[in-house]
Amino acid sequence: MKILIPIKRVNDYNVKVRPNQANTDVDLTNVKMAMNPFCEIAVEEAIRLKEAGKADEIVVVTIGDDKHQEQLRTALALGADRAILVKTDNPVQPLVVAKVLSKIYEAENPNLVIMGKVGIDGDHNQTGQMFAALTGLPQATFASEVNIEGNRVEVTREIDGGLETLSAEMPAVVTTDLRLNEPRYASLPNIMKAKRKPLEEMDLESLGVAVEAKVNTIKVQSPPERQEGVKVETVDQLVDKLKNEAKVI
Amino acid sequence: MKTLVLAEHNGTNLSAATFSVVNAAKQLGREVDLLLTNNSCTSVLEEAKSVEGISKVLNFSHEKFSSELAEDVAACVVSVSSEYDFFLASSSTSGKNNLPRVAALLDIQQISEVTDIIDDKTFKKPIYAGSCIATVQSSQEKNALTIRTTSFDRVSVSASTASVEDKEVPETDSRKSDFVKNELTVSDRPELTSADIVISGGRGMQNGENFALLEAVAEKLNAAVGASRAAVDSGFVPNDYQVGQTGKSVAPDLYIAVGISGAIQHLAGMKDSKTIVAINKDEEAPIFKVADYGLVADLFEALPELESKL
Ligand SMILES: Cc1cc2nc3c(=O)[nH]c(=O)nc-3n(C[C@H](O)[C@H](O)[C@H](O)COP(=O)(O)OP(=O)(O)OC[C@H]3O[C@@H](n4cnc5c(N)ncnc54)[C@H](O)[C@@H]3O)c2cc1C
Ligand SMILES: Nc1ncnc2c1ncn2[C@@H]1O[C@H](COP(=O)(O)O)[C@@H](O)[C@H]1O
Repeated sequence: MKILIPIKRVNDYNVKVRPNQANTDVDLTNVKMAMNPFCEIAVEEAIRLKEAGKADEIVVVTIGDDKHQEQLRTALALGADRAILVKTDNPVQPLVVAKVLSKIYEAENPNLVIMGKVGIDGDHNQTGQMFAALTGLPQATFASEVNIEGNRVEVTREIDGGLETLSAEMPAVVTTDLRLNEPRYASLPNIMKAKRKPLEEMDLESLGVAVEAKVNTIKVQSPPERQEGVKVETVDQLVDKLKNEAKVI
Repeated sequence: MKTLVLAEHNGTNLSAATFSVVNAAKQLGREVDLLLTNNSCTSVLEEAKSVEGISKVLNFSHEKFSSELAEDVAACVVSVSSEYDFFLASSSTSGKNNLPRVAALLDIQQISEVTDIIDDKTFKKPIYAGSCIATVQSSQEKNALTIRTTSFDRVSVSASTASVEDKEVPETDSRKSDFVKNELTVSDRPELTSADIVISGGRGMQNGENFALLEAVAEKLNAAVGASRAAVDSGFVPNDYQVGQTGKSVAPDLYIAVGISGAIQHLAGMKDSKTIVAINKDEEAPIFKVADYGLVADLFEALPELESKL
């Protein structure tokens, strides 16, 4: 069984990203970049399936500029077998990413596609669902448990009311939630070994997908700052403030 | 052209989120219809008809809608899509699961988590865990938006009722996926995203049993109970308690954060609350930077005292 994992390069989650001077975009100069945390969870899940003898090959793919090689190498160091970089210097939106991934899907024919539920940069939470729609595959989003039985995958999903379990015929698309697993760190020997694993590059244009920005960002601002309030000394004072000043209880 | 809102319900009641999404839909200046997928849920249909400001309910009733698969819902939306140029859902897990599937089938780049409708091409939405607010403009003829419901008041229930159009449910591919089971959290507390008061616990609560201390305060205030990711990851409470960037967004009149440090991902889900209270034993905790009232105290002393004084 072959697993395909699309990964996204985003800001490190510890960094607070700010608007640029001109308020036209975010300022990512000198911001530390990393693999999207939900994609790390996707990679980890695939490695565990391989370790359990349920998968044979793990292929990672990302769409972006040359710097995206870093995140592909990280995935290879963690245990992916092969990487694909679809190169473009233009920013890509979820619908375009989903279209490109559909082309990669056709070429690779994986049995399972595991993606992050959301990129922590744009907060879109779209690409997995869009990719599933374009390929006509069943989707199981926000997974906190994945079990493979024969040609079906059973997925427990985190939903607003609790948990839901679905069973989907493979090939299928799964998107990861936080509780699916705890990703490992890459060891130094594996980081060295990853340098020799295959990383294939292709130009986005060669896939015949138009990179159109159908939605344009025209302004990026900081949110209104909250004023720091006061410290109260006692529970009595707190109750008094809530009753008589804020009037919320 | 008109606006289509995907209704959400639990089989008995329409969700509060739907009333907020209809309000957002009205701001687009078009006629608003409600699309309802359900398994002969008469009470939900009755409620749907009386949502203020809608013209029509498109009723897709079928056995298979006793559970909700994105594949089926998307097929229904696409079957009526020619009359609509806006497709709206809430940014609940249901809306997030369904709407991007619809958008891709209609070749639309979706706009997620809309907090402000400036005009019918221009919208605001938080990005990067709410550290920035983006204004985006669409050049598309048709648009799909998920709505952050805490940014839009709920419309009321009207006395007059909208008409109902019963719709043929499209066939979908030989059940490539099946619903297996639900494990829903049972609670007598109000629902987290629509409650007027929310009290949340973090890692400082130490274990699940200690959440009883929070429950007791919540009981007195008729509040919903939430949690940080750390509290959920540690198994203190179920996943649907999580407030934050990747959990639920809440904006109640009063939010009380107990034993929560105030990481940016947590703040992303609650900093639009009207009044914020923080109870934390570390006076340097970042949560105090956004709190209207901060109490530096051990929660194990503060919570029982608070409960007794309410
Ligand atoms: C991709 C990603 C997504 C995330 N999404 C979310 C999200 O949606 N929601 C979310 O909440 N987090 C999220 N996080 C996690 C976030 O970064 C923090 O790790 C988390 O919010 C910390 O939870 P906490 O404040 O409960 O724990 P801690 O940071 O450990 O804080 C515990 C606090 O309790 C206080 N405390 C301890 N004992 C007591 C006591 N006896 N009395 C009073 N105070 C006490 C301590 O002083 C401390 O401030 C996400 C992280 C990532 C990487
Ligand atoms: N440029 C990209 N290249 C590869 N995969 C991507 C890219 N953008 C998004 N994805 C995948 O889609 C998921 C959700 O991203 P998003 O829809 O942007 O929130 C990510 O976790 C990745 O698995």
